[in-house]
Amino acid sequence: MRRIPLARLFIGAALGGLLAAAPARAADDAKLPKVEWSFAGPFGTYDLASAQRGFLIYQQVCSNCHSMNQLYYRNLEGIGLSEEQIKAVAASVQVPGGVDDNGQPIQRPGRPADHFRAPFPNDQAARAANGGALPPDQSVLELAREGGADYLYALMVGYADPPADMKMQPGMMYNKYFPGHQIAMPQPLQDGSVQYTDGTKPTLEQEAKDVVTFLAWAAEPELVERKQMGVKIILFLLLLTGLTYAVKRKLWSDVH
Amino acid sequence: MVGLHKSEFKNPLVRWIDTRLPVFTMMQNEYGSFPTPRNFNYFWNFGALAMVAMMIMIITGIFLAMNYVPNTALAFDSVERIMRDVNYGWLIRYVHMNGASMFFIVVYIHIFRGLYYGSYKTPRELLWMLGVVILLLMMMTAFMGYVLPWGQMSYWGATVITNLFSAFPIVGKSIVTWLWGGFSVDNPTLNRFFSLHYLLPFVIVAVVFLHVAALHITGSNNPLGIEPKGPQDTLPFHPYYTVKDSVGICVFLIVYAALVFFAPNFLGNPDNYIPANPMVTPAEIVPEWYLLPYYAILRSVPNKLGGVLMMFGSILVLFVLPWLDTSPVRSARFRPIFRQLVLLLVIDVIVLGDVGAHRPEGWWVVVGRLATTYYFLFFLVLLPVVGKLERPLKLPDSISKPVLGGGGPLPGGAPAKPMEKA
Repeated sequence: MRRIPLARLFIGAALGGLLAAAPARAADDAKLPKVEWSFAGPFGTYDLASAQRGFLIYQQVCSNCHSMNQLYYRNLEGIGLSEEQIKAVAASVQVPGGVDDNGQPIQRPGRPADHFRAPFPNDQAARAANGGALPPDQSVLELAREGGADYLYALMVGYADPPADMKMQPGMMYNKYFPGHQIAMPQPLQDGSVQYTDGTKPTLEQEAKDVVTFLAWAAEPELVERKQMGVKIILFLLLLTGLTYAVKRKLWSDVH
Repeated sequence: MVGLHKSEFKNPLVRWIDTRLPVFTMMQNEYGSFPTPRNFNYFWNFGALAMVAMMIMIITGIFLAMNYVPNTALAFDSVERIMRDVNYGWLIRYVHMNGASMFFIVVYIHIFRGLYYGSYKTPRELLWMLGVVILLLMMMTAFMGYVLPWGQMSYWGATVITNLFSAFPIVGKSIVTWLWGGFSVDNPTLNRFFSLHYLLPFVIVAVVFLHVAALHITGSNNPLGIEPKGPQDTLPFHPYYTVKDSVGICVFLIVYAALVFFAPNFLGNPDNYIPANPMVTPAEIVPEWYLLPYYAILRSVPNKLGGVLMMFGSILVLFVLPWLDTSPVRSARFRPIFRQLVLLLVIDVIVLGDVGAHRPEGWWVVVGRLATTYYFLFFLVLLPVVGKLERPLKLPDSISKPVLGGGGPLPGGAPAKPMEKA
């Protein structure tokens, strides 16, 4: 039988090629710390308590500079907030509310149907307030970076003093994991940056894990539904494959 | 031929239609009793798989187009809206996005099958050439589809690829301006790419129809590469190959579902989740994985025009493949030297893909040039020469002999009709 080795060789080579072709992080980058994510693996779901703590960090820290334009307050249902809580969260910010009878722009309290309020009216304003650097929109940040959640976590815990021989640009911070190691964002989280209401100890690592869980949810709110559907569909397809193969064997039994 | 068709169908409605428009007879001839070599291996599943992939792409694409907005200011957000607010929009988009990869995987294996078993040789030259046309159309469609989400890779990929045409002397710049509909990749470019991305799949369907029509004139090749000599060498397409294709389709769907549901962005580039920004060039501009080998060939040539010509040449050479291979023996099973060379070509193309994913620096340049050289050497030198020099192994007398191990019982089902074609 010559066919089977050939098929194996080919499939092996194709898979190897695919893996090899998947873009790799540059070799000089530090290795990302491994974090146990609640949403990893085929049965992963978001740790909602962690995501809610992460949202608290987003509200109190991230949202001062970063927009999250793709999200609506109503989406917060996805991390387990009640309708009342969502209304309260939305109402706590002032959003542009069109124009009044004199044609003057007005502000009104937010509603669940509103987009997350952006901290700056436009990119230029954001740059002006951040030393020329543009804080990226965080809606799909977790998908938009090589390394995903692991990278974002590493970035949060990767601030350090620059090596003695490194010349830092003015206003730049040293980060072990940022490409080029010079990042304009000052270290956003420290031990005790926020006060958690559920008794969790706000260490830097805990905060980083929580905020990244929230960012992962924001980027892929469908993840849990997707994986649960996937498990069912794969099981169904395995069964269907078995049945189809049995029928094939039976039909072909008079040929072989 | 004018005149009503003599239908053999019993059902009065079917018979009424079939008498006037013999589509049922055609389906019966082409997919029911169609005499098919009895010795196909699972590599012969991949044509059917490509058909399935194409249909999935068209169906999901139509639903995506209902919600997508081809405008530079809205495209990225409209894709995110599909992901978040359209009912099962994430499913439709991920099926479409990964469907492109699945379509190319399946088609590349299908092409390998054709190469390995010599399916391009007489009388199947035109069938093969239509296949190459489909590949070209697929590449254009996939490229334009990748531009639509208007992420960073969309924008910069479009800029790099359209700029290739500027390498042509005199008319180059004008061609690029004409493609763009302006003086840079911008809204008119996105608009026309969307229009063409919707149009080309239907052109593909038309060429696939011709591809299948040509197949049904010549009949299929088979792993032995010898023509069926009579009914003992063939089986009716249905149920034997419908059920065998179904097994393949199930396995295909398992792989596909694993990608869609558990790693939907595995084959994508993270940069495409950053909205397009003409002011910021990504650190590395790379195409989708299925275009990487051509990209590697492009970058392996130090001269821009030379690189562009070599890249186009790497596909165009396939058009003349039937005349480059001088051996009358089809299947690599009976061509020991060709077999080694064609397997080396597979490795070569995978290496090219790897080279395409890396910056052209240091060793990658050397590897890329060597791999590019072997690619063209294989088609332009080795194939014509080996065909003349190689001593093929002895071909079997007929298909049924090796399959049945020397005269087993005939299948109980209806024996296939002789090779008469509509």
